[in-house]
Amino acid sequence: MQTVQPRSLPLRVPRVRPGGVLPILAILAVLLVLVGIRQPDFLAPSSLMSFLGRSAPIILLAAGQYFVIVSGEFDLSVGSLVTAQVVIAARLIDSDPARTWPVVLLLLAFGALVGLVNGLVTTRLRVPSFITTLGMFLILVGAVYLWSDGAPKGGLSEEFRRFGRRAFEDVPLLGRVPYALVVLVVVAVAAVLLMRSDFGRTLVAVGDNPRTAELSGVRVWRTRTVAFILSGLAAAVAAILLGGYSGVSFQAGAGLEFGAITAVVLGGVALGGGRGAVVGAMLGALTLELLFALMNFYGVSGALRSTVQGGIILLAVAVSATRSSSR
Amino acid sequence: MAALAAVTLLSLTACATDEPAASPSGSASAAGSGTGEQSKFFVQADYDAELALLDAAPTGPADKPWEQVLNPTMVDTAKYKKNGPHKICFSNAALNNPWRQVGFKTMQAEVEAQKSRIKEFVHVDAEGKDQKQIADINDLLGKGCDALIVSPNTTATLTPAVEAACQAGLPVIVFDRGVDTKCPVTFINPIGGYGFGHVGAEFVSQKMKPGGKVLALRILPGVDVLETRWSAAKVAFDKAKVDVVGVEFTDGDPAKTKKTVDDYIQRYGTIDGIWMDAGAVAVAAVEAFQDAGKPVPPMNGEDQLDFLKIWKDKNLTAIAPTYPTYQWRTPIIAALRILDGQQVSSPWKLPQPTVTQENLDQYLDPGMPPLHYAMCGCTDLPGYPQRWK
Repeated sequence: MQTVQPRSLPLRVPRVRPGGVLPILAILAVLLVLVGIRQPDFLAPSSLMSFLGRSAPIILLAAGQYFVIVSGEFDLSVGSLVTAQVVIAARLIDSDPARTWPVVLLLLAFGALVGLVNGLVTTRLRVPSFITTLGMFLILVGAVYLWSDGAPKGGLSEEFRRFGRRAFEDVPLLGRVPYALVVLVVVAVAAVLLMRSDFGRTLVAVGDNPRTAELSGVRVWRTRTVAFILSGLAAAVAAILLGGYSGVSFQAGAGLEFGAITAVVLGGVALGGGRGAVVGAMLGALTLELLFALMNFYGVSGALRSTVQGGIILLAVAVSATRSSSR
Repeated sequence: MAALAAVTLLSLTACATDEPAASPSGSASAAGSGTGEQSKFFVQADYDAELALLDAAPTGPADKPWEQVLNPTMVDTAKYKKNGPHKICFSNAALNNPWRQVGFKTMQAEVEAQKSRIKEFVHVDAEGKDQKQIADINDLLGKGCDALIVSPNTTATLTPAVEAACQAGLPVIVFDRGVDTKCPVTFINPIGGYGFGHVGAEFVSQKMKPGGKVLALRILPGVDVLETRWSAAKVAFDKAKVDVVGVEFTDGDPAKTKKTVDDYIQRYGTIDGIWMDAGAVAVAAVEAFQDAGKPVPPMNGEDQLDFLKIWKDKNLTAIAPTYPTYQWRTPIIAALRILDGQQVSSPWKLPQPTVTQENLDQYLDPGMPPLHYAMCGCTDLPGYPQRWK
């Protein structure tokens, strides 16, 4: 804020580890204070819980995108994958509760399959991931359009929708805890454990320097392909929550890929890979959503959101590039 | 360091938002001023004409609104008289939304109902592309059609193609969106966007608590049919001195709608009325109130089944102006009348009924899918209800 005067600050204080979560925590704290000043009610447990619940899909997507970005690639297909999943779910379930679980499993499998294809095309056919996943984006958009004749059919069962819409009621201290939040916490814990495992270290090493990783015996292509599969799975879970939250729509996933990439970059993860924490990426998504909520509280037009998002991407990448060159 | 820079930027962005914040909260006290400037699509004469039509008594069979006409002006069609059965061709702008899907199925069913008189029905879908539709119309002219029906993708760009079709000598019937030429035998459409927007806004202003806050939800800016709906609502809200606390674009996206409505509930504690320019996101708006544990305020939707169902189930205070899909039956009927040499009205203005609390049960068929439009006028057509499922 205004206390920050670039010249007067000693350059080595505070010592921030590159790719650490401290910066994003600081930003989040500042935003929370600003929200608290403008809209104290927002920080009450019930409304905070509902906010976290409805932010769960984008946080999940940020975690998925993190795996891909930290390994040195991009996944632009997640937004259209979410749309495809929601439309597929509605058509297959067709309001029949009995089909809920089979369709949930099918969505997860489909998400993994799309990730697998993205990964194999990128690593084995050596198509840059930017192009691979852009192609996948277009393929999914077109396929969904063709399959549904341009308008979604069928409907989601209430059983399917409850994941994104319902909550555990009357939880002590917290009140209403959305199922989506529980799903998010479980996935977040799994993601952190995964990043602490050998696989996680390998993933970061691959993003940092694929050549070195290759020479030390890592199968780079396999590691990166797994990262894409994880992103596809995250998109599947996000689609289940998002479809549950708002019902079937053709716009369900529109723009989510950019939201996820912005969140990851904001969370201190270096584009190009090799640096950053999965917690940072998820906090980045939370911060982004909180920023949008704050903009709303201050009466800023929703149309400015994409502008702000673009500004954040440019700034965060520029800052990170400056920092890595002065390393 | 970088972190601090980022914090600085974010807090600056946040601080910069202080300034515009002053104006909405300031204007909130001046009732009726939240609607902004009038749309540049607003045409006072058209507005007056449409509102007058809302009260006009239609001529024609009362149980068949798709054959009714408001303020008819008959034109002679003797020169098109021809022996049947006929080949009717249809150049369709697109099938890319549920409204057009329901409408087209209704049209196909009408063709089937008239199959003794129609030997062939040719349909070409322009997939929402002007250039394709121009080519489509040109192709159809070489196919020996006895009559050509056109639902134009855009008004100005398709006008020359429609004029070329008129010059080919066959009767041309335009419906839904119009063209800038009088050459078609008739132009069929319901009352229009001003009527739609006005009915919803008037209902919301009358039913909500006095001095309450209204949130207006719009799909997109800059589309004429939607701009007219909003501009008529603006006039109604301004006249009723309603406090419109927000006018937001939803892109027709339920998730965005739900978040937006939730944001407004958080910001103002409660919202006392919801107006929207199209019903696609009506259920999402209702759910936002339900999930926040707030009563659903008076609102308008459209005649889509998902909204009618939730209206009935939750006993909402609601209204559903319509842009009836039964207008897709009329062009077939008109084509056959023209080929018989019977007089038809030009323009052919169809009534635009409203679903209200009183007639809700009549339109609510729980067996129909959520995205079906109740005002299809299709219950007497072959294949109902299976064709529309």
